[in-house]
Amino acid sequence: MFGGFDYDVILRSLPILWQGMQLSLLLTGLAMSGGIVWGTLLALMRLSAFAPLSVAAGAYVNCFRSVPLILVIFWFYFLVPLALGRPVGPFYSALIAFALFEAAYYCEIIRAGIQSIPRGQVLAAEASGLTYWQAMRLVVLPQAFRNMVPILLTQGIILFQDTSLVYVVALKDFMTAASVVANRDGRLVEMYLFAALVYFLICFAGSYGVRRLQTRVAA
Amino acid sequence: MIELDKVNKWYGALHVLKDCSLAVSRGEVVVICGPSGSGKSTLIKCVNGLEPFQGGRIVVDGVSVGDKATNLPRLRSRIGMVFQHFELYPHMSALENICLAQVHVLKRSRAEAEARAMELLTRVGLTDKARAYPGNLSGGQQQRVAIARALAMDPIAMLFDEPTSALDPEMINEVLDVMVGLAREGMTMMVVTHEMGFARKVADRVVFIDEGQILEDAQTEAFFAAPKSERTVLFLSKILEH
Ligand SMILES: Nc1ncnc2c1ncn2[C@@H]1O[C@H](COP(=O)(O)OP(=O)(O)O)[C@@H](O)[C@H]1O
Ligand SMILES: [Mg+2]
Repeated sequence: MFGGFDYDVILRSLPILWQGMQLSLLLTGLAMSGGIVWGTLLALMRLSAFAPLSVAAGAYVNCFRSVPLILVIFWFYFLVPLALGRPVGPFYSALIAFALFEAAYYCEIIRAGIQSIPRGQVLAAEASGLTYWQAMRLVVLPQAFRNMVPILLTQGIILFQDTSLVYVVALKDFMTAASVVANRDGRLVEMYLFAALVYFLICFAGSYGVRRLQTRVAA
Repeated sequence: MIELDKVNKWYGALHVLKDCSLAVSRGEVVVICGPSGSGKSTLIKCVNGLEPFQGGRIVVDGVSVGDKATNLPRLRSRIGMVFQHFELYPHMSALENICLAQVHVLKRSRAEAEARAMELLTRVGLTDKARAYPGNLSGGQQQRVAIARALAMDPIAMLFDEPTSALDPEMINEVLDVMVGLAREGMTMMVVTHEMGFARKVADRVVFIDEGQILEDAQTEAFFAAPKSERTVLFLSKILEH
């Protein structure tokens, strides 16, 4: 198996690897969107003066942050079909697991973002007759999100790496595709090196982009 | 138009407003002064319900502010407020700042709101700054946009909380000029300020507040000529020195 580096196996498997990558990217994009929407709601709940809401949101966040992601993916693979009473397939169960899990992290990022906006902004908005929710939606959240774009994207890059965990529910993401080829053709070194290189390049480029953006937001 | 009757407020154990009673009639300009921490901002924020109060009554244009059934957003939309630190929305241009509540509270069309905004920008002398963002405006310009933003709601009264105390000296007058213009047009105004020149020029009455208590409430001439309380005299001597 260590006899000579076989570039050809990589070329031959590019179509299947590309299919895997599409799934990884799709999962990342959808889970991020869902996670940010649900995370924003959770953050607003946590900041609510109504105790049951803030306690419930706090408990949610702490629970998800105390459990390994891989377990959450597993559970939802078994639980979602049970809850819905019909099979949903590994893609949707994994998507739901990621979105709900990520929301706990996004919640904390967004909460800090909202709290960083001076209280005077809400006062000014409310003084003009806007309701609390209008003030949030039109004045506070747009400012908070503009400040948070870099952190949210960084969290997205971490999520992209974490999507490789879907191998536990036999979803063919990029990592799984590489691993399948590696075992089938007995080319472990080539495939795993190539997979590592691809993850590294994407995440490195992503981080670089975020840093560029950060200096622009700060300016 | 604005009536406060024995208003009391606590922040925890701190008794910030003690039996404050005050009335502002339609078209009247009342200046409120007093040392820092005496409760001026708190008092003025109680008037439009931005701060809750625990005792007494505040009635604005026949509406009881402290009443649970009162629709506060609706009441606030009819009272303009200007803050010490302007509080313009930094992610919106001057024009958008002035349009926001017109569109979302008064339900004016965008075109209508923009027309009104341009009218007011012209009035405060900032026609050419409609597209500028607050970050690119001087303090005096920002405060004038903030006044235009409040006026855009066609308020029945205006509240000012130290509108010039965050400004560089050379910008104070451009803001005061706008306020003098408003006062002369008959706007009902409650103004927290230490600008005694402004008070002498347009105020009908001056109120002095110290440690949460209204110690003096007098016609402007009488206030400066013969203040009743010793603490008012002391306060005036301090701020009139420079
Ligand atoms: N949100 C708050 N919580 C607790 N104490 C406050 C709060 N806001 C103001 N205070 C206190 O209430 C007093 C009056 O404050 P304020 O109305 O801002 O005074 P002024 O505007 O006259 O300087 C001060 O002692 C201040 O520290
Ligand atoms: Mg104050």
